[in-house]
Amino acid sequence: MPHPRTMLLSGEEVADRIRRSLPEAVQSANDAYVVLEPERMYEAMRVIRDDEQLDGKFLTQLCSVDMVTRIDMVYHFASLAQNHLFEVKVPCDHEHPVVASITPLWSGAWLQEREVYDLMGVHFEGHPSLTRIFLWDSFPGHPLRKDFMSLPGGQKPGLSQFPKQVSGQTGQEFRPKNPGTGQ
Amino acid sequence: MPIKVEPVEVNIGPQHPSTHGVFRMVAKIDGERIVDVKMVVGYLHRSMEKLAEERTFTQNIPFTDRMDYLAAMSGNLGYCLSVEKLANIEVPERAQYLRVIFGELQRVASHCMATGAFINDCGAWQTPVMWCFRDRERVLDLFEMTCGARLTTNYMRIGGVAFDIPDEFLPALEKLVNDELPKAFEEYEELIVGNEIIMMRARDVGVVTPELAINASLSGPMLRSAGIAWDIRKADPYCVYDRMKFDIPVGYNGDAYDRMTIRIEEMKQSLRIIRQAVGDLPGGAHKTDVPLAIRPPAGEAYSRVESPKGELGFYVVSDGGPAPYRWHVRAPSLINLSVLREMTVGQTIADAIVTLGSIDINVGEVDR
Repeated sequence: MPHPRTMLLSGEEVADRIRRSLPEAVQSANDAYVVLEPERMYEAMRVIRDDEQLDGKFLTQLCSVDMVTRIDMVYHFASLAQNHLFEVKVPCDHEHPVVASITPLWSGAWLQEREVYDLMGVHFEGHPSLTRIFLWDSFPGHPLRKDFMSLPGGQKPGLSQFPKQVSGQTGQEFRPKNPGTGQ
Repeated sequence: MPIKVEPVEVNIGPQHPSTHGVFRMVAKIDGERIVDVKMVVGYLHRSMEKLAEERTFTQNIPFTDRMDYLAAMSGNLGYCLSVEKLANIEVPERAQYLRVIFGELQRVASHCMATGAFINDCGAWQTPVMWCFRDRERVLDLFEMTCGARLTTNYMRIGGVAFDIPDEFLPALEKLVNDELPKAFEEYEELIVGNEIIMMRARDVGVVTPELAINASLSGPMLRSAGIAWDIRKADPYCVYDRMKFDIPVGYNGDAYDRMTIRIEEMKQSLRIIRQAVGDLPGGAHKTDVPLAIRPPAGEAYSRVESPKGELGFYVVSDGGPAPYRWHVRAPSLINLSVLREMTVGQTIADAIVTLGSIDINVGEVDR
């Protein structure tokens, strides 16, 4: 029976199911997501797709996050039959990020993996046509990396210079005092 | 015995009326048949995901207008929902109903455009598209009345909507929903759905099987035309969609004709939703007080809405700062394009144009 409203599977539930067939494939798991071992990820992804309970037939989206010391690949899978959603992460090296391509399993991944390759510079092993998609071939660097386009001295333009947390600041001080008058 | 000819590469686009923007399709043809298709995108790439990392959460809302510029309200809504999920913000009832009303009006406007452009691609030059434009203009007039903009509306805010509706809005909306649009849709049915020329032109063109549709992560009318009743408004209701009664139209053949008729039926269902939402529209505030420079707690959130093109998702990562650490958009137009090759190989060039028209891509969203 499908859930009346999309249920979010916790990372532990997903990890349990994967561990049944691949005990070593799971690195860690928490409430929100499960982290896979990069070396075993392709087999784990196959389990995610073919497992009866996980039923991740629908690849909702995939993207990447630059965590400065590593790059995280983030996958969201959905089951249309059971109406649930879960998140899977695969960490990879920051200097030479390589993960296995899941395009052979989900054909919907091929454009999204090209996008990640173009903007974040992650190489996908086994991808049928890994070329840049948005930028031209000779474009220097990968724009979504955090070190792309930093100013001299490691500073970045814009908001990154703002302090992360300011005590007592709510943002109200940015509101105009008399709206409409420019003051 | 068929004569063997050398395959020829034909460029369709980037500047071509039937590619709906700057989209390039390189078709390798053998005689009249397409043997291979390569798509080239990126002419409209503005790197919004990078730009967003240098702007506050509120400043990023206008970017979502400029992604799918034919459905700006849906983009606004999806983004605001994701930040609200991240920061755990309650939205007032009235704002939720207004969001539903504007989201559905936007669906009507976008589907009008899609239908008109599709008929244009089929070869009915200019007249039907002008009919559809006429009805889309009526919806855009209401947007202009409420927020001053017609296309890039920038109407939703984190925690509600930017403005309450003006007094003259509801009478105008009722006239539109109860009188003008139903009549227009009747015209569409007579002119388009039952039209034998369109049927012969669009039936069995660009067929997607249900297995392929799911495997390729298709969404929206593309997925529903293959017979899969999947709609985020039903499956994962946001705002107050769980209180609305409406049906999900599905197709059986997965061809271009199904996709077009689904869009027309969806517009009718949208009117149904709008009528219910207007009837139940509560009073009260249209926005909660949220700091302009909001700093959501560190964490991540993925939220999705059913935009006219399909499942529009936003994945937002915050590190506690005033700007998103990472912001990723699951663009339905881009992902729906991933089956373009499977759909067009073996067809003629003319059918490929119809197929592309029926996918209803928006290049602003493909490239972002």
